[in-house]
Amino acid sequence: MSTAPLRLDEIAITHGGPPLIDISASVAPGEILTLMGPSGVGKSTLLAHIAGFLPVGFQASGRVLLGETDLGLLPPERRRLGLLFQDPLLFPHLDVGGNLAFGMPAGGSRRQRRDEVNTALDDIGLSGFAERDPGTLSGGQRARVALMRVLLARPRAMLLDEPFSKLDTALRDEMRRLVFERIRRDGLPTLMVTHDRADAEAAGGPIIEL
Amino acid sequence: MPYFVTAIRVVPAIALALLILPVLLGLAGVVAPAFGWHPALGGEAWTLSHWQALGSAPGLDDMIRLSLLTGLASALATLIIVTLCLATFLETRAFGAIRRLLSPLLAVPHAAAAIGLAFLLTPSGLASRLVSPWLSGWAHPPDYLFPGDSIGLALALGLTLKEIPFLLLMSLAALPQCRAGERLMMARSLGYGRINGFLKGVMPALYPLIRLPLYAIIVFATANIEVAMILGPSTPPPLAVAVVRWLGDPDLTMRFQAAAGALLQIGVTAGALLIWWLGERLVSRLGAGWLRDGHRRRGERLGRGLGTLMTWLAIGVLVAALGGLILWSLAGYWPFPDAWPAPLTLHAWQQATMGIGTSLSNTVTIGLAATGIALVLTLGCLEAETHRRRPLSAGTQLILYLPLLVPQVAFLQGLVQWQTQAGLNAGWPAVTLSHALFVLPYTFLSLAESYRRQDPRWRQVAATLGASPASIFLRIRLPMLAAPILVAGAVGFAVSIGQYLPTLLLGAGRLTTLTTEAVNLASGGDRRLTAVYALYQLALPALGFALATALPRLWWRHRRQMLSGDAA
Repeated sequence: MSTAPLRLDEIAITHGGPPLIDISASVAPGEILTLMGPSGVGKSTLLAHIAGFLPVGFQASGRVLLGETDLGLLPPERRRLGLLFQDPLLFPHLDVGGNLAFGMPAGGSRRQRRDEVNTALDDIGLSGFAERDPGTLSGGQRARVALMRVLLARPRAMLLDEPFSKLDTALRDEMRRLVFERIRRDGLPTLMVTHDRADAEAAGGPIIEL
Repeated sequence: MPYFVTAIRVVPAIALALLILPVLLGLAGVVAPAFGWHPALGGEAWTLSHWQALGSAPGLDDMIRLSLLTGLASALATLIIVTLCLATFLETRAFGAIRRLLSPLLAVPHAAAAIGLAFLLTPSGLASRLVSPWLSGWAHPPDYLFPGDSIGLALALGLTLKEIPFLLLMSLAALPQCRAGERLMMARSLGYGRINGFLKGVMPALYPLIRLPLYAIIVFATANIEVAMILGPSTPPPLAVAVVRWLGDPDLTMRFQAAAGALLQIGVTAGALLIWWLGERLVSRLGAGWLRDGHRRRGERLGRGLGTLMTWLAIGVLVAALGGLILWSLAGYWPFPDAWPAPLTLHAWQQATMGIGTSLSNTVTIGLAATGIALVLTLGCLEAETHRRRPLSAGTQLILYLPLLVPQVAFLQGLVQWQTQAGLNAGWPAVTLSHALFVLPYTFLSLAESYRRQDPRWRQVAATLGASPASIFLRIRLPMLAAPILVAGAVGFAVSIGQYLPTLLLGAGRLTTLTTEAVNLASGGDRRLTAVYALYQLALPALGFALATALPRLWWRHRRQMLSGDAA
C-alpha cells in the first residue's frame, strides 16, 4: 500500500543543554528500524517528536519526511502515523467495535462500517467481540485490538514504543509475529524503540544503538 | 471544526472578564454614590455628607466590632478544629467515615444550616428538650437569648460549623501536594506523637496551600448576610446586614449611606485579613523555636482528646440540626419539653406545596443555567490549558478566587447602581449571571485536578488515529471525564442554590428562590413552614449529588474500567 520511505533528516532534540539525541536515518517501506538503548536516553521523546507530541521544555531541530511530505508542517492528526504504546490504551468508554471504528476514516454507511469492524475482528481471531467491554479482555486480546485499531486508520508509517514489554513471554512472540507480518504486508516504514534485544532480532531490520 | 483551537483559546479571556469586570464595575459603582454622585437618585454633587450620616448611624461601633469578631473567631475556630481533626485522624480508619460524613455537609446551603442550628439551640429547641426536665429541671423554655445574642456567639458558631467541611475538603485536596503521609510517617518514626508530628512536620507545609481558602472564609465570615440575619443579633446587626437594610430602605437617600457602608465593609474585611496576616507572622515567629525544640509528645493526649471531641461534636451538631429540621417540618402541636412531636403531621408540607412552585422553579432554572455557564467556561479554560501546554498562571488562579475575596455586599450593590443608572431590568438574566460568577470558582476548583491529571496518551492515541482537537475533546475527554464533570456540576448547582444576596439585590427583591424564602420565613415565627423550605433547599443539592454519582454508574455499567477509575 504505502511506498514512501520515512526519513529522519538531522534530527536533534535538546533539553536546554547538549542534544539528547542526534540522528539521521532512512527507513524503507516494510523495513523496521530498531532504536536501542537504556531508558532515559530520549528514545521515546524522539517518537513523541515524530508523532507531534514533543513534551514542553524540549526543543527539536531537523526534519521528518515521509516521502516528500515534511511532517513537521502537519498537526499530529494529519500525519497518519500509527503509534503503538506499551499499554494498549483502548478507550474505556467505548466497546471493542467502537474502539476500532474510532480508528477508521469517516465515511460509509453504518452497516458498511459495522461490516468492516467485524471483518477486522475476524482477522485477529476475535470474531463476535464487537460489543465486548475492553475491560473484560485479556492482555493479548487487548494488544491485538490496539494493533488493529491503528491499522484501520490506514497509517503511512508505524512508530512502536516498547510495544511488547508488558506482555508475558508466550504472548510476546505471538504479538511480534503478528505486528511485523502486518508491517511487511502493508509496506509500512517502521521505527521501533526498545531495550529488549529479542525485539530487535525478531524485527530483522537495521539497529541503531543510542 | 478547524476553528476549535482558536475558539477554545479565547475562553480563558472570557472567563477572566466574567470574573473581573463585574467586581471592578461593582466597586466603581459603589464608590461614586458613597461620595454623593448618583444622578438617577438625584445625587449630582460630590459630598462627604453620607459619610457623616454613616458615622452617626446608631450602633455603628457595635456593627463593626460584631463583623470583625465573629468573622475572625469563626475562622480561627474552623482552622483549629480542622487542624486537630486532621492531626488526630489522618491515616486512621475513622478518617474515611469522617470524610464521608463531612463531605456531603459541604453542599448544605448556609441558610439551611443556620436555620437548623437556630432550631436546635434555641431555648425551646431540640437540645434543651432532650435534657428537660429530667436533667435540667426546666418545665418551661429557659431564658437565654439564642440565636441573636448580642455578642454574636450563635453567629460565630453557625459560621464555624458551615466552614469546617469547606476547609477540610480544601485541606484534603492539598495533603497529597505536600506529601503529608510521608512527612507524618517520617516524624512518627523519629518518635513524634501523631499530634506533634502533624503540627511540626505537616502543618508548616500544608498551611500555605490552604491560605487562600482561609482568606475566602474570613471574607465570607466578616461580610455574610443570610447566616447573620438568621443567627446574628438584630439591634445592632453586623455591618453587612445593616448595609442591606439601608439598601432596602424606602427612603432612597439611604442608598447613599449604604454605598458608604459598603466601602466601610471592605475596610472592615481588609482589616480582618490584616489582623489575620499579622497573626500568621507572629505564629511563624514564635513557632520557629518550638518546631526545633525536639519535644515529641507534649500535649499529645490533650490534642487527641480535643481533636476527637470537636470533630464528633461538629458532626453531631450538624446532623442533629438537620434531623431537627425534619422533626419541625412534621410537627403539629409540640409542647415543651417533649422531645418528640406527637402526632406527626404533613400539614406544613401541604401548606408549602401551594406557595412553593415559583421559588422552586426559579431556584432550579437559575441553578441549572448558572452551572451550565460555569461548566462551559471551566471546561474551556482547562481545554485551553491543554492547547497552550501550560497551566494558568498564579495571577489567573488568584482572579478565579476574586468573587470570593471581595465582600459580596460591596460590589453587588455597585452592580445594582449600574443597573438602575442604565435602566436595565432586574430579573432572571442578571441574577443568573451573578450566580455564575460565584459558581465558576467552585466548578473550576472541583474539576481542575481530574482534568489536568488525565493521561495525555489518550489524546495522543486519538490524534494519531486522525481525530481533530474538537473531536478528541468531544469524543474522548468529555465522556472519559463524565463523572468528575457531573460532580463539578453538582457542586456548582449547590453553590447557586445557596446564594442569597445576589438573588435579593439583582432580582430587586422581586425574584424569589427557596433561599430567599427560607431566610424571610426564618425571621417570622412559623418554624414548621421554615423547616419545610430549609429542607427543600437542602434536598435539591442532595439530589444533584445523588444524580452525579448515580448517572455514571448507570451509563458505564458495562464499562468496567470507567467504574474502577482506571480511566482517569
